[in-house]
Amino acid sequence: MAFQQSSRANGSVMALARGLGWFSIGLGLAEMLAPRMLGKQLGMEGKESLLRFYGAREMAAGVGILMSDNPGPWIWGRVAGDALDLATLATGLDKQNPRNGNVAIAVAAVAGVTALDCISARALTGATRPVPDYSDRRGMPRPPEEMRGAARKDFTPPRDMRTPEELRPFRSQPAQEPVLHSRA
Amino acid sequence: MRALCWHGKEDIRCDRVPDPGIEHPRDAIVKVTSTAICGSDLHLYDGFMPGMQSGDIMGHEFMGEVVEVGSENKKLKVGDRVVVPFTIICGECDQCKRGYFSVGERTNRNKDLADKVFGHTTAGLFGYTHLTGGYPGGQAEYVRVPYADVAPVKIPDGIEDEKVLFLSDIFPTGWQAAVQCDIEPTDTVAIWGAGPVGQMTIRSAILLGAKQVVAIDRLPERLSMARAGGAITINFEEESVIERLNDLTGGKGPEKCIDAVGLEAHATATIDSIYDRAKQMLMLETDRPHVLREIFYVCRPAGTVSMPGVYGGLSDKIPLGMFMNKGLTLRTGQTHVNRWTDDLLHRIEEGQIDPSFVITHKVALDDGPRMYKTFRDKEDGCVKVVLKP
Repeated sequence: MAFQQSSRANGSVMALARGLGWFSIGLGLAEMLAPRMLGKQLGMEGKESLLRFYGAREMAAGVGILMSDNPGPWIWGRVAGDALDLATLATGLDKQNPRNGNVAIAVAAVAGVTALDCISARALTGATRPVPDYSDRRGMPRPPEEMRGAARKDFTPPRDMRTPEELRPFRSQPAQEPVLHSRA
Repeated sequence: MRALCWHGKEDIRCDRVPDPGIEHPRDAIVKVTSTAICGSDLHLYDGFMPGMQSGDIMGHEFMGEVVEVGSENKKLKVGDRVVVPFTIICGECDQCKRGYFSVGERTNRNKDLADKVFGHTTAGLFGYTHLTGGYPGGQAEYVRVPYADVAPVKIPDGIEDEKVLFLSDIFPTGWQAAVQCDIEPTDTVAIWGAGPVGQMTIRSAILLGAKQVVAIDRLPERLSMARAGGAITINFEEESVIERLNDLTGGKGPEKCIDAVGLEAHATATIDSIYDRAKQMLMLETDRPHVLREIFYVCRPAGTVSMPGVYGGLSDKIPLGMFMNKGLTLRTGQTHVNRWTDDLLHRIEEGQIDPSFVITHKVALDDGPRMYKTFRDKEDGCVKVVLKP
């Protein structure tokens, strides 16, 4: 049996991606349901609408990751979102923000998740594993070209599974009388 | 005895359960020598099929040796080697007499429930939902076979299990999928899904003389197996299915289209597939009918659609206007297995086809739970798993 390389990811890479998907949904829910509290903790009051929008983005990415067989593009989408989050949080590091300590913690947390996103996205993009080549599994004694139509010699579809004669293409030959499907 | 039992979504266990016994004079008890995991078992594994109960014994593709026979069973005797079709048939009701075995009227022991859900009952099935009788299945050491004087197919000595095991389901299913297309020598037959049923369908369409057979999937190992069987292949993650099918048919579309995928379509890059995933996640839709939509779109007007792929309940955004205006014919249903088994057994005996080509994994029954995951996730090049109790 020959093998070739495929871009399909292995189980551990997919598990990390799924974990990030659930994290995305959790964070998205928090941002959508409690934007005022989050804004207050970060000293960023008045940005509730922005936080809700970010929450919707996180939710969409999470659902996309969990529902997709190929979550790579969704994870790259998360990386882009992380950059947006970091840029937004950076505006809160101002010394005049009494909560800038909380913002610094949030920046560190987002940076950590960004690193995981990057690892996952790169692994999904570059993942290869051997895939068997089944081109020797014909299942018939001779090449398909020689086997084509072999069953037509002794088989006619039963009448209830045939196109009614009246609905067949105009130029087709009259069908033979149906024969029993079984030769037993 | 040991048996693979369903305990919930993604939870199959190899349990110790009581041995089955004769419950009716027409019964037989079969000692299972080979059994397989079917793609439709995955719908149970993934929790998409309603009507399962914790502890249900899985499996509807199996064969073995008769070890006990009921007093009224004149067909079988102890020691007979049999393949057991997954549809349980009585041979006496109106539907059985007409050859519509999969919709038999008497073998579903939960007929009242099925009448309510489907309008009218269908036949009992082994190892499946309680909507189809909840009969203990064949992924076990022993199975009770009801109405065993009708359906079991006697297998002569000298043919290995692997060559005939799939007479229980996927070979007749692939064959019926192709037969009900009423293939003409000028036809292009497009088959969505190169899993085990798709592979059998490809070879059936070749034997029935299709001019051109096209297989659509995304997994390179399955596409290589499809090419070995004579199909032109389309990897839907790498090219447009619609454009390629139109290219292959002079812009007219295939005359015959076969959905060998069913309710768990894996397309991910289309708007409708994202819509289906979201609706399914919110429990607003049970099935993901992306393949049916694509088929209705690309099929040649006045063409025929064959649907062996299993659907479970409700689907959304089926383009019926397209279906009606193009004058398509749709043929579907669970397989009338016994309608084909004699003929297909002869073809195997004659060497016209050897269905064992599809087996990629052969393991002990205890490894079943692990193999469900391997098969579902298409890991390790898995196409078809055979279990040895």
